[in-house]
Amino acid sequence: MTFTDIPNPVRNADLSACTALANRIRCHVLQMTHAAKSSHIASSFSMAELLAALYSGVLRITPETVNSPDRDRFVLSKGHGCAGLYAALAERGFFPLSWLKSFYQDGAPLAGHATHTGVPGVEVSTGSLGHGLSIACGMALAGKRDGRSYRVFCLLSDGECDEGSNWEAILFAPHHRLDNLVVIVDYNKIQSLAEVQETLALEPFAAKWAAFGWAVQEIDGHDLGQITGALRALPQQPGKPTCIIAHTIKGKGVSFMEHSVLWHYRSPNAEELCRALEELETDE
Amino acid sequence: MRTAFFQALMELAARDERVFLVVGDLGFGVVEPFAKKFPDRYLNAGVAEQNMTGLAAGLALCGKIVFTYSIANFPTLRCLEQIRNDVCYHNANVKIVAVGGGFSYGSLGMTHHATEDLAILRALPCMTVVAPGDPEEARQAVHAIAQVPGPCYLRLGRAGEPDVHTTAINFQLGKAIPMREGEDLTLISTGAMLATTVQVADHLAAEGVQARVLSMPTLKPLDEEAVLGAARETGAIVTLEEHSVLGGLGSAVAEVLAENACRPVAFKRIGLPSAFSSRAGSQEYLRDVNGLSEGAILETIHTLLGRKNQIPHAPSRRPASLDDGLKPFAG
Repeated sequence: MTFTDIPNPVRNADLSACTALANRIRCHVLQMTHAAKSSHIASSFSMAELLAALYSGVLRITPETVNSPDRDRFVLSKGHGCAGLYAALAERGFFPLSWLKSFYQDGAPLAGHATHTGVPGVEVSTGSLGHGLSIACGMALAGKRDGRSYRVFCLLSDGECDEGSNWEAILFAPHHRLDNLVVIVDYNKIQSLAEVQETLALEPFAAKWAAFGWAVQEIDGHDLGQITGALRALPQQPGKPTCIIAHTIKGKGVSFMEHSVLWHYRSPNAEELCRALEELETDE
Repeated sequence: MRTAFFQALMELAARDERVFLVVGDLGFGVVEPFAKKFPDRYLNAGVAEQNMTGLAAGLALCGKIVFTYSIANFPTLRCLEQIRNDVCYHNANVKIVAVGGGFSYGSLGMTHHATEDLAILRALPCMTVVAPGDPEEARQAVHAIAQVPGPCYLRLGRAGEPDVHTTAINFQLGKAIPMREGEDLTLISTGAMLATTVQVADHLAAEGVQARVLSMPTLKPLDEEAVLGAARETGAIVTLEEHSVLGGLGSAVAEVLAENACRPVAFKRIGLPSAFSSRAGSQEYLRDVNGLSEGAILETIHTLLGRKNQIPHAPSRRPASLDDGLKPFAG
């Protein structure tokens, strides 16, 4: 089976459908993190459009093809953003939407960092930062060596680019001409305790990736036109892995959560949940 | 063992096209035949063990049987979390191979002493742990671990160990390999201590002490039946390993005995103290100063046999030599 045989659920989805999916992802994440009293809401919000685009016709994977050897692979290296991933997968029918209520609950499969066991559509488990890209490199290399046409997408956080292991992988992928590998960096400029720039400055960030041999494109990570444009023209340069640096806003979508270190960890209380949902529903 | 490993890996790769070798920029002079014969299934990941192990998991999740290869602690401790999360949690078919177990690279210094690896790798869920005792065990181990999907740690010695097995063996994962029959005590050896263990048993035999010898190449899962049989039938057990006494073979055997043995057993772990060896030294030298020489092992065993004889109703006969009073080993 080649990727062309894998039905694409929303190949022609228009951008408004993508926008609506991003909004639903945020609404689910709000309810999940509120019910679970859990963290990382802002980390899910900054990548909501990226997830919506990936699962709206970019990724060649459906609930029916989760085990196909020719499926595209998606590795969420920033495993703490799993609420967003779970929401996207549930919206796309990989598992029932009702599962989202079990996030963090005793005995449920939806653990607080991306977990593959018993969760259809989660390719690999992540949570310790700096692991996903190496796994993605191995998958991409296997695809090349086996002559398969699948692509491997890996979503990194900016903060996890502190991890040395990522730079081992960043060195590796261009050397092996893994042009079936696409990294998207959710560059929301805030990490756990402070701004990225104050913690360990990444700039000049795009130049670093380019110097390592990647085809680099910087986009507005909330502009679905730019996202889908970047993700549909792959590889950006034959023979090179692609790095899309998505400039995003931590907590994007809810005014009082945006640009705030606080909402990396804070969980919305009932009143904050109502206010946030109101804002999101108004948007839709 | 290193030569035997590569020979077996070549045989395996010729038979099974899923076999893939990833090295961490080590193996000069030994990896080249594989690289030449199977270029599409060979990769030098560079001096980057974390990435090596993560990408090995990725390759395995795409259907490969991946052997990662490096020396000493580099393919294990340097990338331990990649082994735990990426390999073990995904039950990825990755076989981690380290050459240089124990003091094989003794004179290279503390960084190259792999003396806690068995304990640490044994603690990981889903991980099989194998430390062959001689080249033949290493050769058969490669084929055996490839048969069982999932993570495995294969700890090898170095190049040029003696062949201890002189007759055909049937290597089975999780099974001890009986080397000598005996009723007075049992010596259980893992890894490259096997040759010394057999020599010790020969010395004991000359003294009239019949030692059972078990080679225990698989630390996990441990052959509990063989351990309990040894306890029941010989009443005294000595474990021998070129590894810290914390967490390795001795600990694994002690766990089985503590929970299951029906009567007191005289028991002694022979291994390394939990300490760094900071002096330069050959493997032989470092074994000697850490109590792993034949003479030191014999002394330890004599003391243990004295303890065994104080245990009421201990099994087996009393060796004549014990009744006569023991002469310390002088050779």
